[in-house]
Amino acid sequence: MSVLVFTENWDGKFKKVSFELVSYASKIAEMLNTQTVALSIGNVQDDELNKLGNYGADKIVSVKNDKLNILDNQVYTSVIAQVAEKEGSKVVIIAQNNMGKALAPRLSVKLKAGLGAGVSKLPSSVEPFTVFKKVYSGKAYSNLVIKSDIKILTLAQNSFEFEENNKSASIESFEPTLNDDLFKTKVGNVEKQTGKILLTDAEIVISGGRGMKASDQWGPIEELAEVLGAATACSRPVSDEGWRPHEEHTGQTGKIIAPNLYIAAGISGAIQHLAGISSSKCIVAINTDKDAPIFEAANYGIIGDASKVLPELIQAVKEIK
Amino acid sequence: MKILVCLSNVPDTTTKAKFVNDNTALDTTGVQWIINPWDELALTRAIELKSDAANSIENITVITVGGKDSEPTMRKALAIGADDAVRIDAEPKDAYYVAAQIAEYVKSNPFDLIFSGIESADYNGSAVGGMVSEFLNIPSVSAVSSVNIDGGQVKITRDIDGGHEEVSSELPVLAIVQKGIAKEPMIAAMRGIMMARKKPLNVVAPMEVEVLTDVVNFELPQPKPPCKMIDPENVKELVNLLQNEAKVI
Repeated sequence: MSVLVFTENWDGKFKKVSFELVSYASKIAEMLNTQTVALSIGNVQDDELNKLGNYGADKIVSVKNDKLNILDNQVYTSVIAQVAEKEGSKVVIIAQNNMGKALAPRLSVKLKAGLGAGVSKLPSSVEPFTVFKKVYSGKAYSNLVIKSDIKILTLAQNSFEFEENNKSASIESFEPTLNDDLFKTKVGNVEKQTGKILLTDAEIVISGGRGMKASDQWGPIEELAEVLGAATACSRPVSDEGWRPHEEHTGQTGKIIAPNLYIAAGISGAIQHLAGISSSKCIVAINTDKDAPIFEAANYGIIGDASKVLPELIQAVKEIK
Repeated sequence: MKILVCLSNVPDTTTKAKFVNDNTALDTTGVQWIINPWDELALTRAIELKSDAANSIENITVITVGGKDSEPTMRKALAIGADDAVRIDAEPKDAYYVAAQIAEYVKSNPFDLIFSGIESADYNGSAVGGMVSEFLNIPSVSAVSSVNIDGGQVKITRDIDGGHEEVSSELPVLAIVQKGIAKEPMIAAMRGIMMARKKPLNVVAPMEVEVLTDVVNFELPQPKPPCKMIDPENVKELVNLLQNEAKVI
């Protein structure tokens, strides 16, 4: 028996979410009195793999195979299922992000395992296995019982405080069976920026709305993001207008994020926008309209024109950095 | 080429969450039911693709698992431009149950391209599309922001960390779509609404499927403390609070 956790790396370095996942998985393993097995797919070196031990992994299964350099959902699902079977995994933990949304549902069918998607806490009980998850885009939560023998949980982003829990983990390499007829997709052109902070991974996000007035007014947002080491985002009207790329749209139909700090500049805070950001730990709103709904969701608010407030904020942040 | 779009019938996204029966069910009094926003974008893209004769799309079918109360939503999809609709007559118990029903239908009524939205606005499971593809043992591509057809080949763009990439796939393929796939959802024209009444809406009996999860109850989020207002002339105070009170910078 074991709890299996699927980790993610970016160019050979684990993403922050991987440490959260391992830490979360190890807590569930404690509840079930079993061990935590972390699966890494990709070219990750041993010293990096060992970091998973710092967050509670007992064993690290490393799969390195050039056929897995691109994500094919069906192939990856097969690899995770093979490892889950080999390790007798009763619970599988995956991130609730693009990768997790691509793989967890398939794995659920493959292992006939009930899926708890977007859980944000440890299970309140393991018998029956009861998880707590967001529903109605954060307007409510549900307690969900998973009845199947194997359970799959996807962990909502930034919902779990990870902590160090040093274990000397063993590293084992694994060669999955990869039949050629399993490969049905091919990747062509890739456009990717390296070195940029990922919006869904960022601890701080600076976001602009229609109140920024025009696409050429984004300078202060980008500068504040730079001094705080933050990612940039925007509201839906802004991406619909083409002022910013749709990858930056946060909200109900855009990205769902949960950073430590979310600064909303010139965003009124429609309920659909709040659905994408309401899990943020701290929300700052800057808006000229004192009745804007964003102030109901915010922890701190400034009534004022973002184009005037932001440069002062940049200055004030520079003074403490 | 035949396209299937999986639809979910969900409460309008501005619905306030209120629960009844010991917090075991949504209070649906006065709730407006809509096509799940991502599914609506998927349907829009399917119709855009069909409108180009070069793509040789013979048919767009929409499918849902739900009771008779989901039929207005299916009629709306027909009015927007789907050619026919299928309703599998069962309460959607969980994502696994829904996906198994849809996959069963597709096994005897094959499609080349299947769309599903990345998430439903009610249970936020992001699960049905991926599950259908695994039941059918066909490839799936997730986080899809664009789908085009070029000489019978389906060209898909998906988001990846820090960018996007082009994916080509054997058919049939299931595309799990998100924002970007279509700019604005298409709106039904009067002519479409009239025609929708005559289009087929087939009701199919469900098969036996084990349900793997049960919702015990719902909870509302804890009320949050009121927003602390800061004088716009004193932005330094905000930085101080973020650093020393919230401890986030």
